[in-house]
Amino acid sequence: MLVIKDLRVSIEGEEILKGINLEVNAGEVHAIMGPNGSGKSTLAAILAGRDIYEINSGTVLYKGEDLLDKSPEERAKDGLFLGFQYPIEIPGVSMVNFMKTAINEMRKHRGEEPLSASEFLKKMREKKDLVEISSSLTNRSVNEGFSGGEKKKNEIFQMAMLEPQLAILDETDSGLDIDALRIVARGVNNLKSPHNATIVITHYQRLLEYIVPDFVHVLFNGRIVKSGGKELALLLEEKGYEWVRSEEVNL
Amino acid sequence: MQNEQDQILNEVTTGEYKFGFYTDIEQDSIAKGLNEDVVRMISAKKKEPEFMLEFRLKAYRHWLTMKMPEWAHLKIPEIDYQDHIYYSAPVQRAKLNSLDEVDPELLETFNKLGIPLEEQKHLSGVAVDAVMDSISVKTTFREALAELGIIFCSFSEAVKEHPDLVKQYMGSVVPYTDNYFAALNSAVFSDGSFCFIPKGVRCPMELSTYFRINAANTGQFERTLIVAEDKSYVSYLEGCTAPMRDENQLHAAIVEIVAMESAEVKYATVQNWYPGNKEGKGGIYNFVTKRGICKGDNSKISWTQVETGSAITWKYPSCILKGHNTTGEFYSVAVTNNHQQADTGTKMIHIGKNSRSIIVSKGISAGVSNNSYRGQVKVLRGADNARNFSQCDSLLLGDKCGAHTFPYIESANHSAIIEHEATTSKIGEDQIFYCNQRGISTEDAIGLIINGYTKEVLNKLPMEFAVEAQKLLLISLEGSVG
Amino acid sequence: MSTITENISLKEQFLDLYRSSSKEIAVNSAPLMNTHRDKAIIKLEKLGFPSRGGEEYRYADIESVFKQDMEKSFGNQKININIREIFHCDVPDIDTNLFLLVNGMFYNNGQMLKELPGGIIAGSLSQAAKDYPGLVEKHYDRYAGSSKDGLVALNTAFAQDGIFIYAPRGVKMEKPVQIVNIMISEAGLMAQHRNLFVAEEDAELNIVVCDHSLSAHRFLTNSVNEVFAGERAQINLTRIQNEHNGSSQITHSFNHQETGSNLATNIISLHGGFIRNNVYVKLNGEHAENHSMGLYLSDKGQYIDNFVFIDHASPNCFSNQLYKGVMDDYASGAFTGRILVRRDAQKTNAYQSNNNILLTDDARMHSRPQLEIYADDVKCSHGSTMGQIDENALFYLRSRGIDHREARLLLMFAYTHEVIQNIKVKALRERIDDLVNKRLRGELSRCNNCAMQCG
Repeated sequence: MLVIKDLRVSIEGEEILKGINLEVNAGEVHAIMGPNGSGKSTLAAILAGRDIYEINSGTVLYKGEDLLDKSPEERAKDGLFLGFQYPIEIPGVSMVNFMKTAINEMRKHRGEEPLSASEFLKKMREKKDLVEISSSLTNRSVNEGFSGGEKKKNEIFQMAMLEPQLAILDETDSGLDIDALRIVARGVNNLKSPHNATIVITHYQRLLEYIVPDFVHVLFNGRIVKSGGKELALLLEEKGYEWVRSEEVNL
Repeated sequence: MQNEQDQILNEVTTGEYKFGFYTDIEQDSIAKGLNEDVVRMISAKKKEPEFMLEFRLKAYRHWLTMKMPEWAHLKIPEIDYQDHIYYSAPVQRAKLNSLDEVDPELLETFNKLGIPLEEQKHLSGVAVDAVMDSISVKTTFREALAELGIIFCSFSEAVKEHPDLVKQYMGSVVPYTDNYFAALNSAVFSDGSFCFIPKGVRCPMELSTYFRINAANTGQFERTLIVAEDKSYVSYLEGCTAPMRDENQLHAAIVEIVAMESAEVKYATVQNWYPGNKEGKGGIYNFVTKRGICKGDNSKISWTQVETGSAITWKYPSCILKGHNTTGEFYSVAVTNNHQQADTGTKMIHIGKNSRSIIVSKGISAGVSNNSYRGQVKVLRGADNARNFSQCDSLLLGDKCGAHTFPYIESANHSAIIEHEATTSKIGEDQIFYCNQRGISTEDAIGLIINGYTKEVLNKLPMEFAVEAQKLLLISLEGSVG
Repeated sequence: MSTITENISLKEQFLDLYRSSSKEIAVNSAPLMNTHRDKAIIKLEKLGFPSRGGEEYRYADIESVFKQDMEKSFGNQKININIREIFHCDVPDIDTNLFLLVNGMFYNNGQMLKELPGGIIAGSLSQAAKDYPGLVEKHYDRYAGSSKDGLVALNTAFAQDGIFIYAPRGVKMEKPVQIVNIMISEAGLMAQHRNLFVAEEDAELNIVVCDHSLSAHRFLTNSVNEVFAGERAQINLTRIQNEHNGSSQITHSFNHQETGSNLATNIISLHGGFIRNNVYVKLNGEHAENHSMGLYLSDKGQYIDNFVFIDHASPNCFSNQLYKGVMDDYASGAFTGRILVRRDAQKTNAYQSNNNILLTDDARMHSRPQLEIYADDVKCSHGSTMGQIDENALFYLRSRGIDHREARLLLMFAYTHEVIQNIKVKALRERIDDLVNKRLRGELSRCNNCAMQCG
């Protein structure tokens, strides 16, 4: 589904990603772990199409097509979803209007009729229950005045609404208490199917107790320095990133 | 509580001017009045080359066609320009090659002002050009600076010794046509400082000019020119005082700064001209044009001003951000008390791409004074990604003063971002109560709060001056606090 | 130098016009209004036309607006077309009492003044000045009369009619009054109408003014509104400016507020070549509250200039200004907002905000938020920004599959909604949201129909 080859990316002349290679297939859950500043969020933003970076080399194929040429909205319509680490507040744009516009854009892309108001509201209700997000939030402007945890839940709610094929969750667990973490994880697990894939970017192993990954990758200093099964996460938790650092010296 | 606070405020705001003495020294003056002959006489007395006289005459003729600007939020009494003396110099013996030749009376004057002209006694790392009335008395550390190729001397000397530099840069930032007072200054200016920092040189000490008005009925018209070549750096300070007199005296100065590629110039002013007495009698009219141009890419000009003196202040230190990636800064504290009036601020003209400017203005009004911030931020069409942030705060001490804010914001570039914020408030009773509760007297609390309020600006001054400025600030607002 | 002589000639031209037409002006107006004319013309002679040299009209080229070739007519209008036939306003979901002004004169079919439920009087100002001279005299030119603007004196000298709305003590208006102000003629035309809105103690008025042009000629309107809010009165005034881009419009609104009153104005400028709106507010009694808002959306060569002056003349008052705009193509604009807090106006709360989005490098905007404060126990602040659409928000929307154009529109709409959400009449608010949405999409043409029904 996603094939990244030798991806090198810099911002304002400084290289952040120094040759990333990664393959994600349908039905898989990948976790990308790494210390602060290792390039995790840059990777997520690049995949979603943020244009403040310079791509120096490499290719990214998504469902067999070149991803990097596409605009953010084309990627989204093709089923790619990014859960933001810091969701953006958009005063004045209501959640309802925002989601309705997004869903109908996607339906149009797939050649489907727009949802009727009642169908849309029904869908909203269903998904709202799934992530236990209250109506008082969905009646407000996008993320405006939401607490950190509410913003993260709202990301998962949007993911549930948009039903992506590839979801990239950028530190969705940070700043969440244990109950919210469980809700977020349930949202992700409910959406899991043989046809879609998830990349979970996280700092801590904690989230991975709820969302069990098939593969764990350690991103360090712009490179994936280690890949393995879910046990790698536990090893990291135990030994800390210092361990990777010393490993990297050996590489 | 309220009454006590008012009473203390009242005490705080009735301080005395500490620099009001007069030095009795023989003066060489041109008689009152202004006409072409006076302009010629000034030029002749200074033994100036022909090009200077021409410049003066052109400026004078242009001035005759102009009118006093009226847009400022100031009540300026009619000024009789024929009732001023335009040239007055303390009589001195021959040339000033060593300190022994400076009149002891003059040395004493500057000692009293806290500006010792003996190099060994001086604060290490500050070179001073001392200007009294129309001429420069002494420039310290000249030789030490000359070794680095830095020229730091009086304007008169520069005209004689470096005429090409003067010719090239004088009037290039503030043309004599710029405004009424700039034209007047260009016609009759007497002295001032000249400073040239060559390519790649970081000036190792603070350069400073101290301006003193001494003679009665005399206007002071100085002119400062600072040129910083590529990749050079200089920090410059200016201080000023005047005796207490009942009549108003005129001060109309020009400061021009040119910063070439990657050069950085910091210009700080501690302005403490005599503000007049409590009834508003006397005091200096301070009409000043200060402007710098960031000519080369990556250059930076920073203005810091602490304005406590003068009966009327009309002053807008500005930056023309011509090069790409240039930076202009303006940090100001303006205090008005009794009958003082100030209309001061800045102009930031964004021409180059990625040019940045920041404006921080803190006004404090007390007594029956009026204090206005007036500032322009203008982004021209080509100034892609220009950024400006302005913060203009006003603090009112007492209910008979005024605090005003008049920004002019203009954009002609869609990628520019300009943000302006302003607030007006008084010292909060809850703040004072909080201090009281921690055992701080109301008097000290007000001092503390004013310090905190102005800190952002005072921090931009070189250390020794920051301390001085802080004291000055409290003195101009207080009798008992500090 | 030449501008001064031109201005003099412009002034002379109108002084001449007054001399030659004063009889005709008087005959087709009311005695009460006529008594103010001579004084106004002397004032005009003294003040002259505003020039760009002054601070007030620094960016607005009034002179060239008045120099356009336009007819000035003071007699009975002969309008050959049936306005009601070409102008439909069968608003489906906003029910209003509709009044028409055509070329500055009240347009009626027989009835010049109407009594609305509760004893509200509405209709022609000149008729009201005849039928209720005491009522009109109490307010007419009381608030505009002290203006230092020559254009206000010009209006007082020439205005013959306009709309009068009066709500007696304690009466709350049920249905909003809608004033449709139409310019239509066979050639360029200048008109100057005068409105007077009075809400006595505890009364409530809701008024919508819609400005339109119905024929493709150059129009110039120089209108004055006087608004009186008595103690605890509530007035909501919305103006939608939607004339074509060959039109010039100068409006002056003098809003006088007594103790405890609450007055909100919203000026929505959509189309129109040259627009200058002056809003003067005097907070004359304690605890008065004022909201002055505006939204301007301009493109092509439009010039939109808003000038607001809030005079805090009494303690304990509140004022809030919010003006937002979007400039596209080579449009230009200006905003000046001044808050004056007088010496005794302690405990004033006054806020002001002006936000601008420039979409091109040919667009220009000037912003002058000003504070003039003489009292110390006050909370005053202002902010002004110029910038563009938030790139982070844009990316967020696009990452959810909303395409670039749609995402921009959504953000612009949200940006404008901050002003619109302050309109208190819900049906009207929704209408205007819709209009603005269309305007942003470029789907709102300079409309010949009533703005209210083209949703």
